[in-house]
Amino acid sequence: MAAFTLKINGQNHSVDVDPDTPLLWAIRDGAGLMGTKYGCGVAQCGACTVYLDGQTVRSCALPVSAVGKSEVITIEGLDSKEGKAVQTAWVALDVPQCGYCQSGQIMSAAALLGINPQPTDRDIDLAMNGNICRCATYVRIRAAIHGAAKSLEG
Amino acid sequence: MTIHEATLSRRSLLKAGAGLAIGVYIAGGGKAFAQAAPAASGVNIAPNTFLTIDADNTVTVLCKHIEFGQGPLTGMATLVAEELDADWSQMRADHAPSNPALFKNLAFGVQGTGGSSAIANSYEQMRKVGAAARAMLVSAAAEQWKVPALEITVNAGVIRHPSGKEGRFGAFAAAAMRQPAPADPKLKDPSQFKLIGKEGVVKRLDSAIKSNGTAEFTLDINEPDMLTVVIARSPKFGGTVASFDAAAARAVAGVVDVKQVQTGVAVYAKGFWPAKTARDRLKITWDDGKAETRGTPQLLSEFRSLSKTPGKTVRQEGDVEAAVARGGRLIEAEYVFPYLAHAAMEPLNGFIKWEGATASARFGCQFPTPDHAAIAKVLGIGIDKVQLQTILAGGSFGRRAQQTMHVAVELAEVAKAIGPGKAIKLVWTREDDMLGGYYRPFSIHRMRGVVRDGKIEAWSDTIVCQSIMKGSPFEAMSMKDGLDSTAYEGSHEIPYEVANFRCDLHQADVGVPVLWWRSVGHTHTGYAVEAFVDELLEAAGKDPVEGRLALMGRKPRHAGVLRAVAERADWKNAKLAPGRARGVAVVESFNTFVAQVVELSMEKEGPRVHKVWCAVDCGVAVNPDIIRAQIEGGIGFALGHILYAEQPLDAGRPLAANFNTYRSLRIDEMPEVDVTIVASTEKPSGVGEPGVPPLGPAVANAMARLGVGRPRQLPIVRGASA
Repeated sequence: MAAFTLKINGQNHSVDVDPDTPLLWAIRDGAGLMGTKYGCGVAQCGACTVYLDGQTVRSCALPVSAVGKSEVITIEGLDSKEGKAVQTAWVALDVPQCGYCQSGQIMSAAALLGINPQPTDRDIDLAMNGNICRCATYVRIRAAIHGAAKSLEG
Repeated sequence: MTIHEATLSRRSLLKAGAGLAIGVYIAGGGKAFAQAAPAASGVNIAPNTFLTIDADNTVTVLCKHIEFGQGPLTGMATLVAEELDADWSQMRADHAPSNPALFKNLAFGVQGTGGSSAIANSYEQMRKVGAAARAMLVSAAAEQWKVPALEITVNAGVIRHPSGKEGRFGAFAAAAMRQPAPADPKLKDPSQFKLIGKEGVVKRLDSAIKSNGTAEFTLDINEPDMLTVVIARSPKFGGTVASFDAAAARAVAGVVDVKQVQTGVAVYAKGFWPAKTARDRLKITWDDGKAETRGTPQLLSEFRSLSKTPGKTVRQEGDVEAAVARGGRLIEAEYVFPYLAHAAMEPLNGFIKWEGATASARFGCQFPTPDHAAIAKVLGIGIDKVQLQTILAGGSFGRRAQQTMHVAVELAEVAKAIGPGKAIKLVWTREDDMLGGYYRPFSIHRMRGVVRDGKIEAWSDTIVCQSIMKGSPFEAMSMKDGLDSTAYEGSHEIPYEVANFRCDLHQADVGVPVLWWRSVGHTHTGYAVEAFVDELLEAAGKDPVEGRLALMGRKPRHAGVLRAVAERADWKNAKLAPGRARGVAVVESFNTFVAQVVELSMEKEGPRVHKVWCAVDCGVAVNPDIIRAQIEGGIGFALGHILYAEQPLDAGRPLAANFNTYRSLRIDEMPEVDVTIVASTEKPSGVGEPGVPPLGPAVANAMARLGVGRPRQLPIVRGASA
């Protein structure tokens, strides 16, 4: 065990965990933030997607010891204009079914709009195909990303 | 306000006795009547109410079905709100606690969700709850305003009298509690519906909490001093612990204890990571004496041999062999279906706290009544001493309802093994979940058909499949003449008129636990029947749509969805791009009729499905947008599995442990989906499962029209990895 200070959503959290502990479990069991989900543990499903210094990462496959002073943003701290637009579009289209993967979907979608405000279907495919939805809400995820992009235009 | 905030306000409301609470008691004859419920007692939250109205006008419906995406929280609230004449914005919903007397599924007789039955069994019941509450509110207002109740109207949550008096529900909730509940409240004529079947007025109640990370799933339960438990289970089904060495596991920081339980060796730790790390360091010798040791190739060979001999007859009409002997073209096809894992996004889990004399558990529990009894039995206390609360689950597809109650049993066992007073969260890893069995059964269909003079003269279907129900507490109610209907449903009664028909079944015994999987038997029977009829029609020189319709004389709802989808997709006249083809299939499951047309092309790896048109007849369509969502999702779920998914066994040991080897559909593979809901006045039926079965055969039939043939063995892309 070792003590790590993680900056998550602008706040410092001290967590006492083994250095190999994936960031996901430091966020969940250490900092008590439960919006970021465990789906596979091997960076295949994207349910654990968070931002590390603004970049999307799979927190299930990143040891907490590698985080250092980098700033972590989770779904609870998503307050960018892209993030808000995506969340609004998600609710407007009733995208979620079971909802378990949607934190990760939304983090990936908001990151996409941050670098590409008007994504094409192909751009969406490339940015979002690391996020599995077993309910297969993909039709609405795609529509909601386009909707969010449109809402940010004006 | 979130669902959870609603729970808190209701709790305080009932404690204060200030609101209206409505319970419905269903008498033996099934006739529903409403009654004012007594004040809540004990620690259960409003244990005997379906509905509460808060002083702030919030109406909260307790949903007796688990929400794992298919929409019952919204659906139940829609039914209540319709008859209550509530405004949709004032509606909330939450899960009901385990209480079979009040919250049983009227289709099952126990509390539970499955078989796409939530709306179907609740349609009248929940409307009566709303109608009774409305009548009581009106009576209360009439009393206070000193006007005849008949002169009062209710619209969008406002109670009005022509004199100008008006008020909202909250103001009359307490007085309404004291009004007699109507024994048989009058329900609206469907022509008066303002919410049921209407577009754009009802939004899901759980979208916001599922878009901001606040929705609480079982994995998110985080109580003070809680221990996380991860279990090492036998790599082979039926293996047991011979001996184990936990020294290395106990040395992991954060580990609190290690105990042997019936399913393996359980590690208790402060948090998931130490529990999992320690679990992986256990040294366990397994006794495989009673374990299943056959691999997929051996099972295939055994099933194949069996399928060449007649099984037990499920249904027979005319004489297939005589029809074969009369000549014509004999067509044979063998279809092979793999074991499939459900692989819901949230792996299996559960929370429990056992206090010795009492216990409380909460998790995404799909069958509360049997799970409740199982927990009480393991802990050796009465059911009345155990509270069980269902919460949101991250998908299920059937996995969270088990005929063996194995998750509930294991949850209680890990609590019992470490002793009372501990808050315990049992977590299955993704690998535990995928390797843990309870798969869609492996099966074979051997089809034979005779086409003579452009007509299908004979049809036989010999099925080899494991039973889901055999040996379970549900055996008596779900098996007939020793045969499990979930192995042949959809194969024994086909929508096509064929004079000489036979369906027979070999119920094979394999030591792999199997389970219902989104659309159950129809996952394979739908494929076998619809791919085969297409093949026979092709041999008969018939169009896939016209040929089917010609044989559906006695099946107007099948024909209705088939005509609707053909029209919507412009089946007759559509000009397809080079390299593309279309296929069609129609399957009834759970009393819902679904027809699909797919358009695809062949790429290097396999088919690429560009678009799916779907027509669905589910009786009265309560929530059209949720119906569309379930069809969209059902199509994606089906497509991912028929393309890629298989749980292969090597000498009894399942191999696909995670999404890298059990490939799931991703967004770039999701087709465009066009859903037509066929208008119907029939009783509502479910939509959670019925979108799944037609997709596979429609893909197969389109592939045949491209000249690559109908896949005989699933998945289509063999040996795919992510």
